[in-house]
Amino acid sequence: MTLTTDHSRAVADGAHSHGAVKPQGSRAERLTSFSLEDIPVPNGREEEWRFSPADRLQPLFQSDLGSSGVTVEVTAAPEVKVETVARDDARLGTAGKPGDRTAVTAWNAFQQATVVTVPAEAIASDVTSVRLQGVSTDATAAHVLVRAERHSEAVVVIDHNGVGSLSETVEIVVEDGAHLTVVSVQDWAEGAVHASSHRARIGRDAKLKHVVVTFGGDVVRITPDAEFTAEGGDVEMVGLYFADTDQHQEHRLFVDHAVPECKSRVTYKGALQGSGAHTVWVGDVLIRANAENTDTYELNRNLVLTDGARADSVPNLEIETGEIAGAGHASATGRFDDEQLFYLQARGIPEIEARRLVVRGFFAELIHEIGVPSVEERLLASIEAELEKSMSVITGAPTA
Amino acid sequence: MPTLEIRDLHVSVETKEGPKPILRGVDLTIASGETHAIMGPNGSGKSTLASALAGHPKYTVTSGTVTLDGEDLLAMTVDERARAGLFLAMQYPVEVTGVSVANFLRTAKTAIDGTAPALRTWGKEVKGAMENLRMDPAFAERSVNEGFSGGEKKRHEILQMELFKPRFAILDETDSGLDVDALRIVSEGVNRAKENTEVGVLLITHYTRILRYIKPDFVHVFVDGKIAEEGGSELADRLEEEGYDKYVGANATATA
Repeated sequence: MTLTTDHSRAVADGAHSHGAVKPQGSRAERLTSFSLEDIPVPNGREEEWRFSPADRLQPLFQSDLGSSGVTVEVTAAPEVKVETVARDDARLGTAGKPGDRTAVTAWNAFQQATVVTVPAEAIASDVTSVRLQGVSTDATAAHVLVRAERHSEAVVVIDHNGVGSLSETVEIVVEDGAHLTVVSVQDWAEGAVHASSHRARIGRDAKLKHVVVTFGGDVVRITPDAEFTAEGGDVEMVGLYFADTDQHQEHRLFVDHAVPECKSRVTYKGALQGSGAHTVWVGDVLIRANAENTDTYELNRNLVLTDGARADSVPNLEIETGEIAGAGHASATGRFDDEQLFYLQARGIPEIEARRLVVRGFFAELIHEIGVPSVEERLLASIEAELEKSMSVITGAPTA
Repeated sequence: MPTLEIRDLHVSVETKEGPKPILRGVDLTIASGETHAIMGPNGSGKSTLASALAGHPKYTVTSGTVTLDGEDLLAMTVDERARAGLFLAMQYPVEVTGVSVANFLRTAKTAIDGTAPALRTWGKEVKGAMENLRMDPAFAERSVNEGFSGGEKKRHEILQMELFKPRFAILDETDSGLDVDALRIVSEGVNRAKENTEVGVLLITHYTRILRYIKPDFVHVFVDGKIAEEGGSELADRLEEEGYDKYVGANATATA
């Protein structure tokens, strides 16, 4: 069974808009603010929280987040500058305002921020690695700013490991003509709860490749926002996730085409296995009235490997001008079912190998799009590790 | 000489109301190189026989035996049966998203043979077999059965039969839904496999049309879960003339 939507065959399910009528909760009208008072603790029924386990996120909704739960370490490329700055540093808070409760608690509670700067016209010769290590479950706020100054090029990988309870902001500023790749890997241990607001501003002729990889943690909710500020901007957002039993992995992204002549591509793929595995993908794209010649396409695919898992996928495209180069989206959620297994086994392929084949095939193309070899290798290893888990489920299960 | 021996096979299908008996004592022996056609009206259990032999989990063997070359086929898992040399060309081949035909064929060939095929010769072999079946080379890069037309799916099944070189192949209504050109191309593929290997073929069909292209050595008429009549290819000609009314009528009378 496969559930599919695409731009030419859309279903009127209320969660799927095509811009003819400005829907309730239009992204153009969503409140953003730096103030805790403006964005209160949600009750779980709000549009942006309706898929989320609000009870498990409660600690991160509180305004008194500490700073002791996570340590930050950076290994930088020689061309790249790293600083730890106080919260009043003028460079902070320039990549847009918080759009939901965890984003606003993160903004108001962090004490120090890590600032990674790629100086103007510098070409980083190596990957810059930022590691956030969870050391306790004390609810914690963290702030990372990655700045690629004009005509610079760099790859920055932000890793999240250990046990943590983290509300995080990742600000990304890509100045004119810069090419920046930011990879955020959520490979938390069991028990971790993580909300992260990624806010990116893309300058003239700048290019951002934004990659999100989520494997570990009990609840992970990433909300990447990308805003174009001048013509010629290009954003490629790639996401890959693998949810196991009782994991909640949510990715809500928003691409704001506020100016003409910009391009965005969004591709997120996820696999799910085990009872209570839940993934949510919401892709909001807004093409504002003056954003002529916008070119955008977003895609989400989910592969459900076992019974009892649930994938929600909601693409939203709001178009306020007819003068666009292209706009589309597609969403499909398919199952690896008994018939597929039978087909592959009937060709001599053992069950475990059949699952591997299907999952590897599902992710392969996307992994190659990342373009950072060290990250690609780690990803392939992580996928193998996930498959080991499903194998132990299969081999441990009694056979009829 | 290898044989596929089916003895007094009884099979039930799982339904919501509980197990429902479909096959009621099937006896059939297929030797290498032979082609047996199984014909019969809808609902007579032809496809159930195909699925049960391949080991589909929906079907339960309640009694009887099946041996392949003396080995107990029913004790094997689905993939073990395939590796023992059994191939089922499916009536409704399943889509496998994200797995390319090329990758799938190589993985299956490796599993069946126990070693990976030699890179140089395998590529040529696949290409040649696809050409023979008039399949576009671009096919190799498409996901297995995804977006394939009915005819493309059936060609892909026969492509596998040619490449995997099974000892026994069951063709489950491979002819259904094919136009005359596609039927001829697919039949040529089966005949090539018969020439190149000593494959024994169990050809399940509702119509006699395909038997003009693939000559059966034996024809078995399936009615109500067992074989009602057997003969040579002349039996197919008679069915062409008379249809299945005689058998269905007899059955209706018997159960009335």
